[in-house]
Amino acid sequence: MKPAPFEYHAPTTTADAAGLLADLGDGAKVLAGGQSLIPMLALRLAVFDHLVDVGRIAELKGIERRDDALWVGAGTTEAAVGASAEVASAVPLLAKATPFIGHFQIRNRGTLGGSIAHADPAAEYPAVALALDASMEVVSAKGRRTIAARDFFDGLWSTTMETDELLAGVSFPIWGGRSGFAVEEFARRHGDFALAGVAAAIELDGDDRVRRCALGLIGMGSTPERASTTEVQLAGQPVTEIDGEEVGRSAVAGLADVPSDLHGSADYRRRLGAAMVARAWRAASAEAGHG
Amino acid sequence: MGEATVNVTVNGRAWEAVVEARLTLADFLRETCHLTGTHLGCEHGVCGACSVLIDGAAVRSCLMFAVQADGAEVTTIEGIGAPDGELSSVQAAFRDCHGLQCGFCTPGFVVSVTAFLQDNANPTDREIREALSGNLCRCTGYQGILYAVHQAAGAAGQQEPA
Repeated sequence: MKPAPFEYHAPTTTADAAGLLADLGDGAKVLAGGQSLIPMLALRLAVFDHLVDVGRIAELKGIERRDDALWVGAGTTEAAVGASAEVASAVPLLAKATPFIGHFQIRNRGTLGGSIAHADPAAEYPAVALALDASMEVVSAKGRRTIAARDFFDGLWSTTMETDELLAGVSFPIWGGRSGFAVEEFARRHGDFALAGVAAAIELDGDDRVRRCALGLIGMGSTPERASTTEVQLAGQPVTEIDGEEVGRSAVAGLADVPSDLHGSADYRRRLGAAMVARAWRAASAEAGHG
Repeated sequence: MGEATVNVTVNGRAWEAVVEARLTLADFLRETCHLTGTHLGCEHGVCGACSVLIDGAAVRSCLMFAVQADGAEVTTIEGIGAPDGELSSVQAAFRDCHGLQCGFCTPGFVVSVTAFLQDNANPTDREIREALSGNLCRCTGYQGILYAVHQAAGAAGQQEPA
């Protein structure tokens, strides 16, 4: 047995899970699909006295329309997200990001909420949530609150949730009109964490001008990043006059802490990121133009 | 500390055991059920050798605690072929197409491919390569495995190397 010993708790309601987290304090960790947590436990990069398994909580699973957003329960598996016709039509960016996550065996266990709460900057769903300005529905024994995606990711594998809080669901705004979406990333092998990538969304107005756009950068910092300056510059521009390569260079220009390791220097990742943004921009704007 | 009871059906047989919560499903299958066909390569979710079916879906049994499988139906490589030892169509295709050499990774591949073909009975070359990406093989170079998946899918016409 590789992980250190822990007490296992398997609540069946969100209220029970929140109660356990309140009682157990810092020594407890939420176990969702376990596809990131269990390797960390096996390698003893992380040790917890208590694991609170939320996999048996039915109310954390599901996909449903709520006003102008699509709510996805935190416990919904990535495989269920990828297979959902509702997701594909309402939040295509989420559907397009899903095949990039790990491998199909991983997606059968891994959950949307687990991926977002784990907050790996090289993961796909956090970047999608950030790009689309999703809102995180967070529960604790004290009640519920909503955290905007831009206020959620605050460091490597770190979020603004308190240790007694549980991510219950994520609401993704539905983009209408002439919109287009694309995810591009480069990994050394299919299914590995990306060295650089982007989740891109574009909406055009009736005159082919950019009404709004969003670029969520993957693996380009200690958190997922938005290319906000570039997005503001592109708004209102005629899409036919925008050069994808230029968008790519602009999107990575202001990044302050691009990772650098054996797999690639920060400079290399910056160039790779620019190329991924250029590709995604072209694909998303072409899709929006056909809409 | 940290013990829990697990009730699980493995290849049609019901098991009840009190186990340490930190026991992975892979270790439970090998050490408690004595089903050593499930192989452990990396034990942290990279190699895919330990793949099993949970309620019909392929998962890595090293990335699951046995207690999480409570109430589930597990199928291991021992449950893929017929009880009399006759190979499944996927197993036979691996044998026919030189889809294995040392055999260490083979249980994970066979289990994964079995689940994959249930969801996608007529896959393209690209879809097969994507589906196989979660399993590592150090002997075959994968080409024989690719042929085997095509044969098992009954798509003999698509076997050109990519």
